[in-house]
Amino acid sequence: MSVLAHEAHGHHDSHHHDEHAHHEEHFVSKYIFSQDHKMIAKQYLITAVFMGFVGMLLSILFRIQLAWPGESADFLSFFLGDTWAPNGVLSEDMYLGLVTIHGTIMVFFLLTGGLSGTFSNLLIPFQLGARDMASGFMNMISYWLFFISSVIMFISLFVETGPAMSGWTVYPPLSALPQAVSGSGLGMDLWLISMAIFIASSLMGSLNYIVTVLNLRTKGMTMTRMPLTVWTFFVTAILGLLSFPVLLSAALLLIMDRTMGTSFYLSDIIAGSEMLTNHGGSPLLYQHLFWFLGHPEVYIVLLPSLGLSSEIISTNSRKPIFGYRAMIGSTLAIGFLSFIVWAHHMFVTGMSPFLGSVFVFTTLLIAIPSAVKVFNYLTTLWKGTIVYTPAMLFSIGLVSAFITGGITGIILADSALDITVHDTYFVVAHFHVVMGLSAVFGMFAGVYHWFPKMFGRMLNTRLGYAHFWVTIVGAYGVFIPMHFIGISGAPRRYYDYSVYEVFDGETFLKFENLNLVITIFAIIAATGQLIFLFNFFYSIFRGPKAPQNPWNSSTLEWTTPVEHIHGNWPGALPVVHRWPYDFSKPGWEEDFVPQTTPLKEGEEEH
Amino acid sequence: MAGHASEHIDSANAWGGKESPFRVSYGKLMMWFFLVSDALTFGGFLIAYGFSRHAHQGEWPIGEETFHSLPFLEGNYPLMYVAFMTFLLIISSVTMVLSVEAGHRMDKKGVIKWLVATVIGGIIFVGSQAWEWSHFIHGSKFGKVELADGSKAVVHAEQFGEIQNFTVQTAGHHYKAGQVLTNKDLDLLHEFQHAVEAGHVKDKMITLHDGSVAKIAKSNDVGMYLVVKEAGSKYELRQHIEGAEATKLYYDAAYSGEAKRIVYGANMERNEYGPRQYANYFFFITGFHGFHVSIGILINIIVLIGCIKGTYHARGHYEMVEKAGLYWHFVDLVWVFVFTFFYLV
Repeated sequence: MSVLAHEAHGHHDSHHHDEHAHHEEHFVSKYIFSQDHKMIAKQYLITAVFMGFVGMLLSILFRIQLAWPGESADFLSFFLGDTWAPNGVLSEDMYLGLVTIHGTIMVFFLLTGGLSGTFSNLLIPFQLGARDMASGFMNMISYWLFFISSVIMFISLFVETGPAMSGWTVYPPLSALPQAVSGSGLGMDLWLISMAIFIASSLMGSLNYIVTVLNLRTKGMTMTRMPLTVWTFFVTAILGLLSFPVLLSAALLLIMDRTMGTSFYLSDIIAGSEMLTNHGGSPLLYQHLFWFLGHPEVYIVLLPSLGLSSEIISTNSRKPIFGYRAMIGSTLAIGFLSFIVWAHHMFVTGMSPFLGSVFVFTTLLIAIPSAVKVFNYLTTLWKGTIVYTPAMLFSIGLVSAFITGGITGIILADSALDITVHDTYFVVAHFHVVMGLSAVFGMFAGVYHWFPKMFGRMLNTRLGYAHFWVTIVGAYGVFIPMHFIGISGAPRRYYDYSVYEVFDGETFLKFENLNLVITIFAIIAATGQLIFLFNFFYSIFRGPKAPQNPWNSSTLEWTTPVEHIHGNWPGALPVVHRWPYDFSKPGWEEDFVPQTTPLKEGEEEH
Repeated sequence: MAGHASEHIDSANAWGGKESPFRVSYGKLMMWFFLVSDALTFGGFLIAYGFSRHAHQGEWPIGEETFHSLPFLEGNYPLMYVAFMTFLLIISSVTMVLSVEAGHRMDKKGVIKWLVATVIGGIIFVGSQAWEWSHFIHGSKFGKVELADGSKAVVHAEQFGEIQNFTVQTAGHHYKAGQVLTNKDLDLLHEFQHAVEAGHVKDKMITLHDGSVAKIAKSNDVGMYLVVKEAGSKYELRQHIEGAEATKLYYDAAYSGEAKRIVYGANMERNEYGPRQYANYFFFITGFHGFHVSIGILINIIVLIGCIKGTYHARGHYEMVEKAGLYWHFVDLVWVFVFTFFYLV
């Protein structure tokens, strides 16, 4: 049996040696149906960048309506045409469609598929000293399923009845009944098909990540010598493996309610003037199933970014990460706790207050490992020799957003406080800061830091700085005022506040003014992303050639050649002798010691 | 697997890199993790089932109220058929184990023999499920009855009184007046149930599908009693109504001429067994499981072809059989839970 255990290694080794014989590769097998983790990572990244820009554009479209309700805008008619923006005014249905698809794309396609897909694929084999993923074939399938689901989600924007319009959470009965809103017809079907494919893609990715981490570590790479990036990808993959199947359950039951006439989620509904026959189901059932995924999903989005920033902050502070084991422990604790807090999304659904208090307790517990992480970041930075690369700035931006969003999280976790701000812009602001900004900042940090590893060229640093400052100023400019709109009682997902008498003159004025401010900042932040887009594509082709180890890092990926080769290392696999954070270690000339350097005589491991 | 247990694994070295800490290939490990994931999908469904069942409390039928028939036989055999199905599936797991064991010995013939047995067991199981579905859809002879007070009751009886014939009173397109219709002319029970459900039977007179009106000759039922499943204004949940009162209530409804007072079998909207969700979940969960079994059969057949071709023998190990086996055992295990929730409790 031990022969079997080495099969994967052996396979890759022999595969690698064969490769020397015939270097030429077909375009299709190199760039399209590639089974190489580095190429798949790039495919994920570029797909995610595209989807991210679509998601961002959608948000600008509906922000225009919120800032200038009912006013005509050529911008809107250009993108949406007469159907969805008659006379340049966004239609109510399309407003809901834009909000829904913005959320779906950002949460699933950019920050789940894009983030994990890019960096897990890139860094797991590189940083563990593996030739490739455990199964390159399944890795390829995983990407192409992601691609297909992205295409379907994108196409759903162009169908005649509009995309799904029931919010990214697609709660029934709104999502279950085509007569509820025009997007609950074909648009919703496409949404569900796209997500089912996405879940299959995510499952295959997760299986690969987990098994690669367990089975393909190189000699000496014990679990406690793994970089924190790999630790977070590992835990993320486990969370995805356990929570996405439950979303699949929820989605399949919803598909049945939509197509087969079942009543899992439906009961006693009057549509138009007609009483539907559905009886005895419960929309709350959907919410429970959905949020059992939905909450771990927050950490599926966030943990990879926390891992990337751990690595970047330590490298650019030229100091070992503070509390390496505490970081691992807090990652595991966050992963575990994320499964027992889901009902805090449902405090106002009429659940028993006692049960609510249990979920308050478990939710507040998450503050502990989160605070451990924050303090570890701060103590790593403390008295460090900080190198302000763009990646470092974005990582520090992540820490900032994580703290800001975490504090509002404590307010929302409390069921008594949650009641007053539930479903207002306060919630929107909270989760955009804590999982949106944090995760996006982490992703940008990752792109700036590992761009040389992916493309063999350097990004322009000055454009990176400009991108960072526009982004952080724009982002906080958007989300800080949003908290105040929320506290004043503006519900989320409303198309126009002026038509409700509840919002008296003064409150409405506040909404309108702050919404204007938010939209202006949103446009600034969005424009800032064009800097990134230019820098990204320009540098892929014209950027200066990258040195082998541009950031003086100690992890294994920087020991591979700049030009990508199959099998990653030209000779034997590297052997690991130490943890990845030996920065500025006394007794060494250089301020970093690669993981492949053996311990000196008498030297103690960290 | 037996080899593993006896092999001493040094935990410090096992996790030191360069080799799998569990001494398993990546493929087998992936299968294990996939099964964990799939278990959560089923877990989601079964929890949803529990959620719905809890919400309906006493209205939800227990297994033997619904499943008490055998193919080709009359009478009451509670849970007999599903017990056979379950037994068969477990036996197919045993044959799978034997196939894997033969693989460890590199006994190609043995692997093929036991894998064929497993495939056959799987096919019979899926076929049985199809029969079970068909029976569930067609339902019992009595159906579920909505009583005069609005309560709903299921009907139990030792015997359904046979329908002897219809004597045509008013001619329709097809049948002449005075004609006595027996089972030779048409399926009396089917015609009767169809008419009752549609409200075409009034005062023992049935309107047939061709528009003719006939008088029903039917023997008396034996030992009939009703169990109330949904309370109305008079009868309470779980009340038993017996004897002449039961017969009167049932036939008052059946012969009322009102549609849907009696429901036979099951569809997505209503069923004779319990709340709408009961049939919804039955179809969905057993269907999803049946889909898994079918995929399992397909995988086993593909692996079987590989065995026959000698692909695995040439590889020097039959790990593929082991991976298929893991999936197969998992599907069996899931059935044990489905069986428990739908039939036993």
